Amino acid sequence: MIRVLLLSVLLILPTKSVVAEEIVLGLSRNEVAITATFDGSDVLIFGAIKRDAPAPAGGPLEVIITLAGPDQPVTVRRKERVVGIWANTDAVEVDAAPSFYAVATSAPLRDVLNDTEDLRHHISIPRVIRSVGAPDTVANARAFTDALIRIRAGNGQYQVLEDQVLIEEETLFRGQITLPAALTEGAYTARIFITRDGEVVDLYETEIAVFKAGLERFLFEMSRNQPLLYGLMSLAIAIAAGWLASAAFRMFQR
Amino acid sequence: MQIYLPIAEVSVNAFLLLGLGGIVGILSGMFGVGGGFLMTPLLFFIGIPPAVAVATEANQIVASSFSGVLAHLRRKTVDLRMGTVLLIGGLVGAALGVVLFNYLKSLGQVDLLVRLCYVVFLGIIGGLMFVESLNAIRRSRNPATAVPTRRKHGLIHALPFKMKFRVSGLYISVIPPLLVGLCVGILAAIMGVGGGFIMVPAMIYLLGMPTKVVIGTSLFQIIFVTGFTTLLHATTNYTVDVVLAVLLLVGGVIGAQIGTRIGVKMKAEQLRILLAIMVLAVCGKLALDLLLTPAELYSIGAAGGH
Repeated sequence: MIRVLLLSVLLILPTKSVVAEEIVLGLSRNEVAITATFDGSDVLIFGAIKRDAPAPAGGPLEVIITLAGPDQPVTVRRKERVVGIWANTDAVEVDAAPSFYAVATSAPLRDVLNDTEDLRHHISIPRVIRSVGAPDTVANARAFTDALIRIRAGNGQYQVLEDQVLIEEETLFRGQITLPAALTEGAYTARIFITRDGEVVDLYETEIAVFKAGLERFLFEMSRNQPLLYGLMSLAIAIAAGWLASAAFRMFQR
Repeated sequence: MQIYLPIAEVSVNAFLLLGLGGIVGILSGMFGVGGGFLMTPLLFFIGIPPAVAVATEANQIVASSFSGVLAHLRRKTVDLRMGTVLLIGGLVGAALGVVLFNYLKSLGQVDLLVRLCYVVFLGIIGGLMFVESLNAIRRSRNPATAVPTRRKHGLIHALPFKMKFRVSGLYISVIPPLLVGLCVGILAAIMGVGGGFIMVPAMIYLLGMPTKVVIGTSLFQIIFVTGFTTLLHATTNYTVDVVLAVLLLVGGVIGAQIGTRIGVKMKAEQLRILLAIMVLAVCGKLALDLLLTPAELYSIGAAGGH
């Protein structure tokens, strides 16, 4: 099932802003419900660029869209050979890494964004992951964050979608981000940047709520709020299923 | 058909889970093992987080063992008295195991230790059983060299607190079964397995119980140990995924019924040699994982202490 989320263009309001170019964007839906049959979801992001004057001279207008799941602290461990056996030795704690992160751009990322702006807005994946620092005992701590990105990119949790945002007439843009089936609950932050010559001209930020719904919600809440009851229920189901199967087979044999 | 699991927070194919449950259920009914030592690694492989896999697997084992034990009760191949003694040791062991597990987790090496335990235990048990049952088959094919079975009167028979186990035809001290139960209980808590793969050979070779009785008795005590483990996981770690458990156990209970019927038709030596081969295969796989250079040297875990 593909749930399409539309962020559509809203009417253009008068503005007193001094920004020459401005993102106009509205949410038609701002939530993703995870039900029992949830199998990933496509998020479609539409928008327009409003300007008071004709488009300024200079480089072409570019758009960057990012979508980030809730931040979590994680531990990255490295295996080393110890007496012939591969065992976890060094570990680095990463203070905050989003559970999901996608960055979609209208051209290669290094062409549309300079390092200073990346540092300020945390746009590229390595800049999104915040690590205060590895313990002194660990050499080459950078390799640990690289591994985190590599593993999560392999799972589709981190995505770089260059040239995936379409711009028409330097005014309308749209991009699509696919959320994987294995999704964590929480507030997802969608950010849209417009840039010229690598400088951010304007940014727009909004939230998409991702939450479990229906039976999933009920079971999840029960397991947290009434763990003993939940455990007993699980056991009761197991015993009943075991007895049913046994009884059914006995009837079948007669 | 994809199904989203509320606790594991991943989406998986429902039919894949039903099939896995079925296969492991057949093995469970045939050999009296819970099948956890096969299922838990399989669940890791399809992307279920380890903590959820271990806890949910315990719940599923309750179902398939219960289904299996009902079939065995009807055939009167369950030694309830022996099962109860093993169980007392098992519950104490399970509680100790949880304490030990949390201590090892704080050291960050629990994964390696569990794997090493698996390799050592599975290797020794599988190897011994394989050789023994091969000899038994050879003897039965060539009756001229048959050795008359004699009862060993070793250390086990010198211990106090003797008790009569009629179904097993034994009159032995309760200390060895209590110790066996204790060890298996510790393993069950640490590895999320029922411990049948250790319990079955221990009952055959250490306690001298007849193979036919061993399977039902093993299943009987596994129900309670894994049930206890499920509750512990559900109340302390919140990692039992009931949707995952239901999918696995629907396949599992049906498989267990089929497995029990296959098991009855087979000879004890054949059953033992098959179990030995399976145990050795899992052991070999785990040993290779430890010895070969892994494709990915890094792994991601939840931040320490959570």
